[in-house]
Amino acid sequence: MVAPPSSPKRVGVLALQGDFEAHRKALAASGAEVVEVRTAAELHGIDGLVIPGGESTTMLKLLDAENLTGALAEFGRGRPIFGTCAGAILLAKGVTRPAQASLALMDIDVERNAYGRQVDSRVTHISTEPEFGERTRPPADLEAVFIRAPIIRRVGPGARVLAWYQGDPVLVEQGKHLVATFHPELTPDLRVHELFMSKL
Amino acid sequence: MFLDEEFRLKVGLAEMLKGGVIMDVTNAEQAAIAEKAGAAAVMALERVPSDIRKDGGVARMAPIAKIREIMRTVSIPVMAKARIGHFTEARILEALGVDYIDESEVLTPADEEHHIDKRPYKVPFVCGARNLGEALRRIGEGAAMIRTKGEAGSGNIVEAVRHMRTIQKEMKQLTVLGKEELMAEAKKHQAPFELIQWVAEHGKLPVPNFSAGGIATPADAALVMQLGAESVFVGSGIFKSDDPEARARAIVKAATYFNDPAKLLEASEDLGIGMHGLDISKLAESELMQTRGW
Repeated sequence: MVAPPSSPKRVGVLALQGDFEAHRKALAASGAEVVEVRTAAELHGIDGLVIPGGESTTMLKLLDAENLTGALAEFGRGRPIFGTCAGAILLAKGVTRPAQASLALMDIDVERNAYGRQVDSRVTHISTEPEFGERTRPPADLEAVFIRAPIIRRVGPGARVLAWYQGDPVLVEQGKHLVATFHPELTPDLRVHELFMSKL
Repeated sequence: MFLDEEFRLKVGLAEMLKGGVIMDVTNAEQAAIAEKAGAAAVMALERVPSDIRKDGGVARMAPIAKIREIMRTVSIPVMAKARIGHFTEARILEALGVDYIDESEVLTPADEEHHIDKRPYKVPFVCGARNLGEALRRIGEGAAMIRTKGEAGSGNIVEAVRHMRTIQKEMKQLTVLGKEELMAEAKKHQAPFELIQWVAEHGKLPVPNFSAGGIATPADAALVMQLGAESVFVGSGIFKSDDPEARARAIVKAATYFNDPAKLLEASEDLGIGMHGLDISKLAESELMQTRGW
């Protein structure tokens, strides 16, 4: 078989803190060339960026201390960003419990640690919108790992919900950006990462 | 078999803490300083290890009111220590809702033969280890995170380095052996056979491996990260230094930029005086915390 003419997409993973290693593996398995991003200079030459799970407060401190906040917001105006859990919190417009700063690249509001503490974390199955299956592959449900997860409390008119859990949106897309409140990087199913790759 | 759903969740939270710093705190005020400095989690305890060492006496689980106050103050995960083998302290901490339990050699052991059977708990556990066998025995009991022990409260990195190097070397050695050699290794390491097989195949532990015990400077944190630690625990090193806030921030930066000498230089400037360190070779055998655990 002839190899496709296009070279692999270069995807950055914000590697300040969190499960960036798990994302690196999932992206590589989805055919991306992966680079770890810790400085503004490392944003150059990548087609998209993943903001991993971890502690959003820790990431915010490091973003501020290293003057990365502006660089990331600028990056997100032109290129796709995919945020999981803490990454979703950083991409949201509004954050509560407690209120904190964010990149505000997506028109959603999230409440942090909304399910409770670690003893309330869970591995479960979520149902996706038909569109998710059409743009990726069946089946319609998706295994989802929620760890001290946030809940998306508001979805703006420009954003679309692609999956639900207990009546709350858990996978949301707006234009080129994508957020999940669960951790697709911790399950072998690569469809959410492939969906993100299709946006690059 | 050990990677069931419940265990994946426990390991999952450890994954979220990677590349971060877990800081020992004894009250809400310290917890707030730690969170503000960028800690990925805090560890609630009654006294930091260097005070336990100095004051002597029996070191137990922290007072519940203190842990509760810390949980109310910060939004990051809160861990708390239980004594080795003290399964009712652990059940109380689980009922309280802490995010992780450290079955820790820093506290006075409650059982000198057995650790807690950690599998039936909903809350995940972290345990200390000095070598691969000890790490795998703890994982066999259900620990979802390992931290090398080092020597807590010493301000001296030498034991943390020894333990991290030992585990890394013992793991590498397993990867080059034939399948028929692994049972003898299980016997040698006094570790469960299936976990020896797992390490031989993957070249790493099946759970995240963090470092603890003696980290006092940003350079110390970066050193153990370069040796293979995926995160660091800092105990006395922060709140026994001159300027805890600045030191906490600097160690957070060092854990992220452990491979970047220019950033490490920035992190190492203007820190004031670090905690007073101890020469471990001058400590009596009975003063060592790392030898607790079986």
